[in-house]
Amino acid sequence: MSPRLPPPDADLLERREILDSNGMARALRRMTYELLERTGHGDDPIYLVGVRTGGAYLAARLARLIAEQGDVAPATLGAVDITLYRDDVFHGLPKPEIGPTDLPESIDRRKVVLVDDVLFTGRTIRAAMDVLADYGRPSVEMLAVLVDRGRRELPIQPDFVGVFVQTTQTESVRVMLTERGETDRIVLRERRT
Amino acid sequence: MNSFPHKHLLGTERLSARDLNTVLDLGDRFGEIAKRPIKKVPTLRGKTVVNLFLEASTRTRTSFEIAAKRLSADAINISGASSSTMKGETLVDTARNIDAMSPDVVVLRHAQAGAAHLLSQRIRAAVVNGGDGAHEHPTQALLDCSTIRAHKGRIAGLVVAICGDIAHSRVARSNIFALATLGAKVRVAGPRTLLPVGLSELGVAVYDRIEPALEGADVVMMLRIQKERFGAPLFPNTREYSRYFGLNERRLALAAPDAIVMHPGPINRGVEIDPAVIEGPRAVILDQVARGVAIRMAVLYLLAGGGGESGVE
Repeated sequence: MSPRLPPPDADLLERREILDSNGMARALRRMTYELLERTGHGDDPIYLVGVRTGGAYLAARLARLIAEQGDVAPATLGAVDITLYRDDVFHGLPKPEIGPTDLPESIDRRKVVLVDDVLFTGRTIRAAMDVLADYGRPSVEMLAVLVDRGRRELPIQPDFVGVFVQTTQTESVRVMLTERGETDRIVLRERRT
Repeated sequence: MNSFPHKHLLGTERLSARDLNTVLDLGDRFGEIAKRPIKKVPTLRGKTVVNLFLEASTRTRTSFEIAAKRLSADAINISGASSSTMKGETLVDTARNIDAMSPDVVVLRHAQAGAAHLLSQRIRAAVVNGGDGAHEHPTQALLDCSTIRAHKGRIAGLVVAICGDIAHSRVARSNIFALATLGAKVRVAGPRTLLPVGLSELGVAVYDRIEPALEGADVVMMLRIQKERFGAPLFPNTREYSRYFGLNERRLALAAPDAIVMHPGPINRGVEIDPAVIEGPRAVILDQVARGVAIRMAVLYLLAGGGGESGVE
């Protein structure tokens, strides 16, 4: 879950398409190569941990892309739900559903890559790091995001980025995924005034 | 979207199926936290939960305390023996004093029916009824529903037999309301002296013998004889009670082949339930206790600000 639920669609106007499905596939492939270049060597497989829900789908895609490389160890795949770790849990936003946190293997001494769809304020990632801290102590934690839209409110930076977009406060970025029954694409939207 | 349009949890009587399912679904999620290496999430950090237990309780008080602590709330326990009610202070005065210290949730266990309701009108904190006399014990019914749903995959359409001291049982009342709302077929059985009048108006089938109630039941819920709640004996002796109303393996064979056996505790071994059944493969009694913590976490989460419709700005 992202810390802010996407606002109701009716209030948002699509401004432009950031990536279509081909662009998204290319960005994910490039991220896969960068991931393997920086972490994939040695016997120790990468542990991809998606932030529910969008990040979990993307982590699964990255795991498939890594598996297609053939000559590297398959990635371990996990997912975290950050709802109970949000810093705005009682700040008057509607409550999202709580999803399961699923880390099938211990994260102790592993190379963990957190995966999320959109990086914005950084608060989701801070919460995800808190979740991981309750499960163990990875040797290294990195961050992969499909879209970095800037405007951080915390000192958090991604290690792997699919695409960077400069945005304003009233804009929002939406990653559409086939896993949710949509066509793969990333769009920039703005609140109707 | 989880929404729970209630400030207090006083009983299951007024909860809709949607409300009940909200708590049960959340309970399933919170159950997972007990399996983590660090069994604690920061969700209710800075919130205060007061467990005001003016009637004996180990299980429920401990369960609420663990639930609060797993959510990082501060839990304070006040029990009857150590409280100023022993010095003559009234319940409302005790509660208003506690309320002046700004707790977020007060869990009340009290021997008097309606005590939680009274409290909810006098204090600002959210009130959870942790059992009020022979009236209601909503979190017990919720954890029972959670246990049934986990073992049976559903509640609607199941035959649930509640057997024993129905008259003095808040557990029975809360379960009858919740199970009926969720679509189960509820039967109750006990000696005539322990069956209150008007039960059939709640939509349950009433039996004064245990055997017909057990026949084909998917869930068997046994209740303790609450001797502390009545003066004059309502049946000849415990040996006779056990002989006619105790659950043993022979009687359990009347129930569905995959029936589960539940008991809210405390158990009187050999009275309402035979030790062989307690230790047998059908008993899910300790699973009920485990789920109790998760359900109480869900309730505290919803009442301490996590779920109400006021949650939308």
